[in-house]
Amino acid sequence: MHIPDGYLGPATCGFFYLLMLPIWTIASKIVKKTLSVKQVPMLAIGAAFSFVIMMLNVPIPGGTTGHAVGGVLVAILLGPWAACIALTVALVIQALLFGDGGITAIGANCFNMAFVLPFVGYYMYKAISHNAPIDSKRRVIAAGIAGYIGINVAAFLAGVEFGLQPLLCHAANGQSLYCPYGLKVAVPVMLGEHLLVFGWIEAIVTALVIKYLQKHSPELIKNKEVAE
Amino acid sequence: MKLINKLWIGIGVLIFISPIGLILPEHFKAGSAWGEWGGDEIQKFLGYMPEGFEKLSSLWNAPMPDYAFKGWEVKGLGPLSFAYILSAVIGVLLCVGAVWILGKFLSKK
Repeated sequence: MHIPDGYLGPATCGFFYLLMLPIWTIASKIVKKTLSVKQVPMLAIGAAFSFVIMMLNVPIPGGTTGHAVGGVLVAILLGPWAACIALTVALVIQALLFGDGGITAIGANCFNMAFVLPFVGYYMYKAISHNAPIDSKRRVIAAGIAGYIGINVAAFLAGVEFGLQPLLCHAANGQSLYCPYGLKVAVPVMLGEHLLVFGWIEAIVTALVIKYLQKHSPELIKNKEVAE
Repeated sequence: MKLINKLWIGIGVLIFISPIGLILPEHFKAGSAWGEWGGDEIQKFLGYMPEGFEKLSSLWNAPMPDYAFKGWEVKGLGPLSFAYILSAVIGVLLCVGAVWILGKFLSKK
């Protein structure tokens, strides 16, 4: 769901940059207050993990490809604001260096994948795993559901952003100037492919890593205060 | 072994297997991700090129487009897998560098 350059009109691009500015500012302030020097390597691992997991494209045979984002996992372990910073780092590098996601769409892509995805996932996990013991199965299931819901809400939003373009910017003959597909196509496709396939990958990745950490370093999962 | 080192090994494994993300879609003829088509594909689907799309889509020339080197599209999966792994290494190093610099400003003393 890395929206490339050319799919969103200038107004949409500007809107999401403006929307992300205060979010990035608040994220920096909150992380500055709560992130200890010792946690910086974990934040780096979070950014690196989401960068690489997004390269692992999974095919829908004969149709299209997609991938997990890893943002819900980072949010569960480091808190949603730190995840926002980590995901933003990964997405900006992907856009600038590898042309994965447009530079005009960095605001929109960060809104979907660095803000909405980790926040929805984090609070979903928190709600379901509330009061569960560190080693409980409920935490694994909560992580899976949180991953699934987080990525699907983000995909839905990407679909809306694509789908609004024909309404927002069209030539005199009615042709869209940017993304040619309207809401009736973009939303069902983006949401459908993530509900059916890519959401499950985010769910499995998130749940498996939480399960592994439960066994090997439960201190990462304990109910420590992550910045909310 | 310290956890952080185990996690870095995990990242290393992911980098090593990353070409799966290139080879599987190719094998199953899955094409581009929805909404991430280039100009040629758009032209083919629609029979025209949206005016604004044409202008904006060429705004930025990424140095390693699609996690490869320019002109390597024709080189086959072997070299492309190599470029993919190299891209993953570069990307991870840049992520670490960027977070390290941000950490200087963002972590509490």
